[in-house]
Amino acid sequence: MSKQSLSTWFKSGSPWVWLNAGAVSISIVMVVGLLLLIAVRGLSHFWPADIMELNYQEPGGEAIILIGEAIDTEVVTALRLKMTGVDLPEGQASAERHLMKVGNRDYFGLDFRWINGPWVGEINYPEKIVAVERREWGDFFGYLTEVRQQGNTVASGDEAWAELQIRLERSNRLVAEIKKLERKEIGKINHGLEALRLETKRLEIDGVAAGSLQHQQIEQERRQWDMLYAGLQKQLATLNTALNRDQMIVTISDGREVEIPLAKVVEVTRPNAMSVWKKMTTYGHEVWKFVSDDPREANTEGGIFPAIFGTVMMVMIMAVLVTPFGVVAAVYLKEYAKQGPLIRLIRIAVNNLAGVPSIVYGVFGLGFFVYFLGGNIDEIFFSAALPAPTFGTPGLMWASLTLAILTVPVVIVATEEGLSRIPRAIREGSLALGATKAETLWRTVLPMAAPAMMTGLILAVARAAGEVAPLMMVGVVKLAPALAVDTIAPYLHLDRQFMHLGFHIYDVGFQSPNVEAARPLVYATAFLLVLIIIILNMAAISIRNRLRENFKASES
Amino acid sequence: MEVTAKQEAKNIARGIDIQAMERGEAKRNMADETTCLEVKDFNLFYGDKQALHNINMKIAKNRVTAFIGPSGCGKSTLLRCFNRMNDLIDSVSINGQMLLEGKDLNGLSVNVADLRRQVGMVFQKPNPFPKSMYENVAYGLRLQGVNDRATLDKVVEKSLKGAALWDEVKDRLNESAMGLSGGQQQRLVIARAIAIEPEVLLLDEPASALDPLSTLKIEELIHELKEKYTIVIVTHNMQQAARVSDYTAFMYMGELIEFGATDALFTNPSQKQTEDYITGRYG
Repeated sequence: MSKQSLSTWFKSGSPWVWLNAGAVSISIVMVVGLLLLIAVRGLSHFWPADIMELNYQEPGGEAIILIGEAIDTEVVTALRLKMTGVDLPEGQASAERHLMKVGNRDYFGLDFRWINGPWVGEINYPEKIVAVERREWGDFFGYLTEVRQQGNTVASGDEAWAELQIRLERSNRLVAEIKKLERKEIGKINHGLEALRLETKRLEIDGVAAGSLQHQQIEQERRQWDMLYAGLQKQLATLNTALNRDQMIVTISDGREVEIPLAKVVEVTRPNAMSVWKKMTTYGHEVWKFVSDDPREANTEGGIFPAIFGTVMMVMIMAVLVTPFGVVAAVYLKEYAKQGPLIRLIRIAVNNLAGVPSIVYGVFGLGFFVYFLGGNIDEIFFSAALPAPTFGTPGLMWASLTLAILTVPVVIVATEEGLSRIPRAIREGSLALGATKAETLWRTVLPMAAPAMMTGLILAVARAAGEVAPLMMVGVVKLAPALAVDTIAPYLHLDRQFMHLGFHIYDVGFQSPNVEAARPLVYATAFLLVLIIIILNMAAISIRNRLRENFKASES
Repeated sequence: MEVTAKQEAKNIARGIDIQAMERGEAKRNMADETTCLEVKDFNLFYGDKQALHNINMKIAKNRVTAFIGPSGCGKSTLLRCFNRMNDLIDSVSINGQMLLEGKDLNGLSVNVADLRRQVGMVFQKPNPFPKSMYENVAYGLRLQGVNDRATLDKVVEKSLKGAALWDEVKDRLNESAMGLSGGQQQRLVIARAIAIEPEVLLLDEPASALDPLSTLKIEELIHELKEKYTIVIVTHNMQQAARVSDYTAFMYMGELIEFGATDALFTNPSQKQTEDYITGRYG
């Protein structure tokens, strides 16, 4: 290419176009790659993997049979193997080793095991191997031999499988019933008793003598609750006995026969016997369980529904708090305040607030909202419950407020921008019809600026949903005993602590005792968090676009 | 050279005279009119810069008064003083008096919103609100707390008929006003202004952003509106001023140079500056 044509090429602007297009493609590749990585790593966890049975004999050791899922394979050098006490045959520099999930943690101690490639013998995939999902101690692999009822064998051999499914359905129904009783009915009774206790205390504080009419009334109510409770206890006991009726006997890889009560079993599957179609439905079912169930076993098992619920709840409350606040502040700054150095300073301060590290907001939230505001609220409105705090402790309300403060600059800036884009002619048109400034704002300017406010809200939601650090100080917990919404008045409990997907990722990933079991859950939870942020944003964007449609022509 | 220009101006003026006579209108005389707006020794400053110098004029009731003059001469500024639109600009200060039906409209006891209800205004660029046509016209009434559907229906229909827009839009009143053409939008804005029955209607170059056909419609409309309202119109287009107005004020550099009956001003200007302007010597 001659010098002339090269310089023409530069002048034509094509290099810029290529540069820009390149930057865009790199960004897209990175975003898509990130999503793909967490999606694949997270979602593959729920696929019902085949279970293998293999013979394994290390030199000098005895031959054993292992049953489990293949999880991972890596190549290690002879030197590293030597350090773990394994000697490779002469002349072999490296070898594969495999990570196997052998389950049965309560019998083997560890449910993951590394095995070295050179000594793996024959591998089979027997159709009769069952995978048991248990409520405690993680997964369990083995051969189903018998189903028992109160110690007596009711089915064995090939009939056991069908019998087991029937009895499992019954036991799961019972478990659900018990859970419902404990959560709803007993929860209500506890709430009622707690209210009575506080009432008694209030009477004491007010100096009402013991034995007065009020005390008697409370006593009577308490007896009613107690009676209800006794009834429920009896009901629960019956259900529990019924639940403990059945057991299953499973032979594990080392030949032991193990008895598992069906009360502890969530599900039993035979992955090796499944068709692809059956695997797919099982997969869907597993994903649904992950999304809709409560967590078990220090969050490494079960679902993450409370965390999803907490995240969405917190973001929504934050949105409800931040929008009016930010809009009102922006309207004052833009429309009413006399523009001068002071307002300029305030505007700079607001813009800079967006750059303050979020943990600082967490500290502020803890000090101001939780201790100061919450403490005072407790003293004024919930003095009977003291010293147990009601609002003077981290909770949903304070977390939402802290995030609202964190995101309010975004809303202010976006709203101001929107206000300054409303044409002067429109304001004058309204004023010329006898509207006051406030009426003009309310009837014309603010509706027209609504899309800009929504833009601010979208940015705020995106930021808030991804924050974790400040939440750890103002309300997020590893495991919340109850959701913030339930059937007990006042239905929305802003004082309760809650779970959050972001914190859940941190907790499962770094605080979990069972690292191998937790890893896929970290990816799956991360994927879900991203998904939820996308859904929240999409919702806000679609609302904004609908608003924009109304005002489209006026923006030209 | 000078003679030809003068001759030309007279020709234009004569043409207008003929048009006026065709309309069957008698020659106007300020002395016979009822005064609606009166401006006394009025000065206006933007910061230190004086924009209006000692303006004195009387605007006749139920007549069309046109302000003409080159760009920046202060005609729009003066117009915007009649409904105190200049209040919105911080740096503006005024002195002198401006009376609406004998009452000082800059007086302390005057409620600006009430004043603007009496003195409606239509702007150069059509500025309908991004709402339905119905809501645009009903806006002023809703501001006054009128929400009764039957009343609103009646007023909307009457105003749109008054603005000669009813037949074009009656079937789609609930569609967005932003979908109308420029001329239709401007008539909608006029309908919006007359819906609250002002006494005075200020038109700030109402046709300058419109095509000739729409301009014609607006001009016809001005003729009809004059029956009920006092109209003050700012225009750059001298033919338009001559066609639609009964009285014309020529302003130059913030001063009122000449003010009188339109036919007289165009046929026989008393000031040299006026003559220069209307013959196209400057501006």
